[in-house]
Amino acid sequence: MTLTTFLQHCLTGISLGGAYALIAIGYTMVYGILRLINFAHGDIFMMAGYFMIFALASFPWQIAIPLVIVLTFLLGAGIERAAYKPLRNAPRMSIMISAIGVSYLLQNLATYLFTALPRAYPEIPFLKHIFRIGELSSSLVTFITPILSVVLVVLLMLLINHTKVGMAMRAVSKDFETAKLMGIRINTVISVTFAIGSTLAAVGSILYFTDRMSVTPFSGTLPGLKCFVAAVLGGIGSVPGAMVGGFLIGLSETMLVAFGYSTFSDAFTFLLLIIMLLFRPTGLFGEKTTDKV
Amino acid sequence: MKKGIPWIATLIASTLLIAWLTSLEANKANHGMLISILQKSVILAVVACAMNLLNGFTGLFSLGQAGFMAIGAYVTALLTIPTKNLDGVYYMNGIAPSIKAFRQWLDTAPSWVAASYPYLALLIGGLVAAAFAALIGFPVLRLKSDYLAIATLGFSEIIRAILASPQLDTVTNGSYGLNKIPGFASILSPFLIAAVCIAIMVLLLRSSYGRAFKAIREDEVAAEAMGINLLKHKAMSFVTSSFFTAIAGGMLAMFMRSIEAKTFSISLTYDILLIVVIGGIGSMTGSILGAFLMTASKEWWLRFFDQPLTLWGWEVPFFRTGLRMVIFSLLLMVVVLFYSRGLMGSREFNWNFLLPETWKSLLKRLPNRRKKA
Amino acid sequence: MSNKMEYRALELENVTMQFGGVVAVDSFSMHIEKDEIVALIGPNGAGKTTVFNVVSGVYAPTNGCVRLRGKTIAQGHPTGKMRSLYAGSQLGEYEKLISHTPDQITQMGVARTFQNIRLFKNLTVFENVLIAKHMRLKAGMLSATFMLNHQEEKRIRHETLDLLEMLHMTDVKDEPASSLPYGKQRYLEIIRALATQPRLLLLDEPAAGMNPQETEDLSDFIRQIKEQFSLTVFLIEHHMNLVMDISDRIYVLDFGKLIAEGTPREVQSNPDVIAAYLGVDEE
Repeated sequence: MTLTTFLQHCLTGISLGGAYALIAIGYTMVYGILRLINFAHGDIFMMAGYFMIFALASFPWQIAIPLVIVLTFLLGAGIERAAYKPLRNAPRMSIMISAIGVSYLLQNLATYLFTALPRAYPEIPFLKHIFRIGELSSSLVTFITPILSVVLVVLLMLLINHTKVGMAMRAVSKDFETAKLMGIRINTVISVTFAIGSTLAAVGSILYFTDRMSVTPFSGTLPGLKCFVAAVLGGIGSVPGAMVGGFLIGLSETMLVAFGYSTFSDAFTFLLLIIMLLFRPTGLFGEKTTDKV
Repeated sequence: MKKGIPWIATLIASTLLIAWLTSLEANKANHGMLISILQKSVILAVVACAMNLLNGFTGLFSLGQAGFMAIGAYVTALLTIPTKNLDGVYYMNGIAPSIKAFRQWLDTAPSWVAASYPYLALLIGGLVAAAFAALIGFPVLRLKSDYLAIATLGFSEIIRAILASPQLDTVTNGSYGLNKIPGFASILSPFLIAAVCIAIMVLLLRSSYGRAFKAIREDEVAAEAMGINLLKHKAMSFVTSSFFTAIAGGMLAMFMRSIEAKTFSISLTYDILLIVVIGGIGSMTGSILGAFLMTASKEWWLRFFDQPLTLWGWEVPFFRTGLRMVIFSLLLMVVVLFYSRGLMGSREFNWNFLLPETWKSLLKRLPNRRKKA
Repeated sequence: MSNKMEYRALELENVTMQFGGVVAVDSFSMHIEKDEIVALIGPNGAGKTTVFNVVSGVYAPTNGCVRLRGKTIAQGHPTGKMRSLYAGSQLGEYEKLISHTPDQITQMGVARTFQNIRLFKNLTVFENVLIAKHMRLKAGMLSATFMLNHQEEKRIRHETLDLLEMLHMTDVKDEPASSLPYGKQRYLEIIRALATQPRLLLLDEPAAGMNPQETEDLSDFIRQIKEQFSLTVFLIEHHMNLVMDISDRIYVLDFGKLIAEGTPREVQSNPDVIAAYLGVDEE
């Protein structure tokens, strides 16, 4: 393998990682606040793919992109209201089951509405523009994805660390009950969290599907799980951790495919997860918590 | 209740069931649909009970069912595909010589051993899965609830990837999967195997070990303070559950006659989880009922949603392929959100309803309850 | 080490328990002779429950050692990050790391109750006590499943019924534990602990939430079970009437440090204890 092809693979990996990072943030933030693995997050990402197909069919991309983001945002917030809020005081297993149920529903709904056949993802002309740096060539989206991810993460960190809403989020993730007693509007904080997560998932879906060219009702499942793994690797609850995890998974997956082990690329992600859970369950940037007896 | 009555009632009920099943089998051509749904339900009932043993009774949220079913299914398939068909099954990739030699050696066994092969194959599949479970159990079971869920789910995906990998093509036949698996000799055999499996699980739950599992579910700290070794008991539950899950996987292979790695994806695990939830987490009876209800409604009762429907010359909108599953998942969400205890909650079936005393005391208790409240 | 020590029911030596930078228990040493009733008192947050958690194996001590009937069951010194954070004293004497899990400690004959009652809420009263018999079971999982140990099962069911009889709880034995009134739940927790056949019983605030009459009944009950099962009792309690009534000796903790020890009379008149409970004017 020449240096150029190697660098080319690196670039692809980083780009994929950037998209993963954006989705992983949705998992990590929801887990940080609700202690819930939002199994439906991958399907929200899939729905965002379909939204884009229909939005671009009737609007230019300048309108379509914001429209998709708004629709995904509404979907995410709506799911939280309908399926998670009623279970706020239920055992954790119930809310996780509810998340699995939502995921099931979204997949079946997508199959019903759009059929199980893959739908071509529309080309957004400027994203597909080919760029060259030295001997490396790639479409603009490949270059934009990691940069955009980092920028969004920085913005998100500013939001979390320097705004009132961010402070409320940090408080809720530290101690749900006490935050409630301190007069923080829990439901607002949770809605904001879901909204941010879904928005980032929408951006991630545009970047991801532009490279993949087609969407099926099940295209959210595996990337969703991988992004959750990315969030765990980075340390669940930590936004920069999710980003690092996303890049790590994206890179390793691309490299495995490049070296001819494509069937193992998914399995490797999970192997990484299990190894991480065994040796450092709190992930790379996670905080340790102790149970009180 | 007198000691004999439940036994007699059970005996009568099973005789009636066997008679009904035999009559169905005699008339296979007319009842093909019903027979296949019954068989699939009873297989899923075994997995659901095994999952309930772990999730509902031990409080361990595991999502590795599909992986263990895959192990059971592949082992069973490898051991039961008739030797003469092996070359045909593996015509694309060729078969690993060791497997073929082993199968040829097996064929030299006396005929009475050969007759028990299907059962032996299931058992061996179960044991292999149990060994895997023991291997991964000790590290993974230290993890807390949702981390355990995601780790077992990951494990299940790893198994699937290994089964589908090109390196194992001569064993698993890669993406072509395995076919020509002999089916059940009679409609009774899946029922019989399932009954034995579920009965063993119920007995386990009624034993002191079952109580220890429940104690762990209720409160790990208190259970540990009662001298219960958490890891050991969690591993016991995990290994037992995986054993029966793999047996059900083997039965599924015999039912479907052909398997591929795709069959054992995460959605299979989700299906089983939903059966457990519908039946009631913590009720074996519920899991069995759930398996039958879910299979029947998914594959039969709700079918009409998928066909265009015309009522009195008016075409009902929305009725087309896929609506069935949407309605089905909506029903599921209703159960999850509003009837989170499922059909049975944590209650189990018993014959007490046959007794007049039960009805009397029920009637007596009703006004009493009101007074207390 | 003197011979006498080996017969002590429990002995703590320089036990320090530190969580991050917070020292919950600071170089605490104490002992309980066989058949004694010893109380551990102190204001809220003094580290009393932490001491229980160290003895029962929930926490491994940051430094120091715990001996049960002369045998070291837990011993430790600060390791890793804790080495630089450590704020206690008596470092370096406990080189060998020894630890046991809570279930092992219970099997060694130490049973405990919890401050915030931890019954198996959805299980019946009978099952709650029966579960405590599980660890003494000889049958393996397979023989228990196929009911090959029905003799044994019958025996433990009998023993459980006897224990419930003692509390006059046989009529509610099939009710879920959570349906019992609060006071009864505390008793049930004690009975459940007794069912493990302990030699040392740790009671964490057994009289919490009880009125004076109930507290008095409880002291009688503790004395009764102590005699009947020849127990050594170690209790944490805020009800001073109960403590003064039944304890042979008392240890007083404040901010993790031992500030007094002695007979009830000695402790009652100790100025440090009074200061810890009532506060002193700082002038």
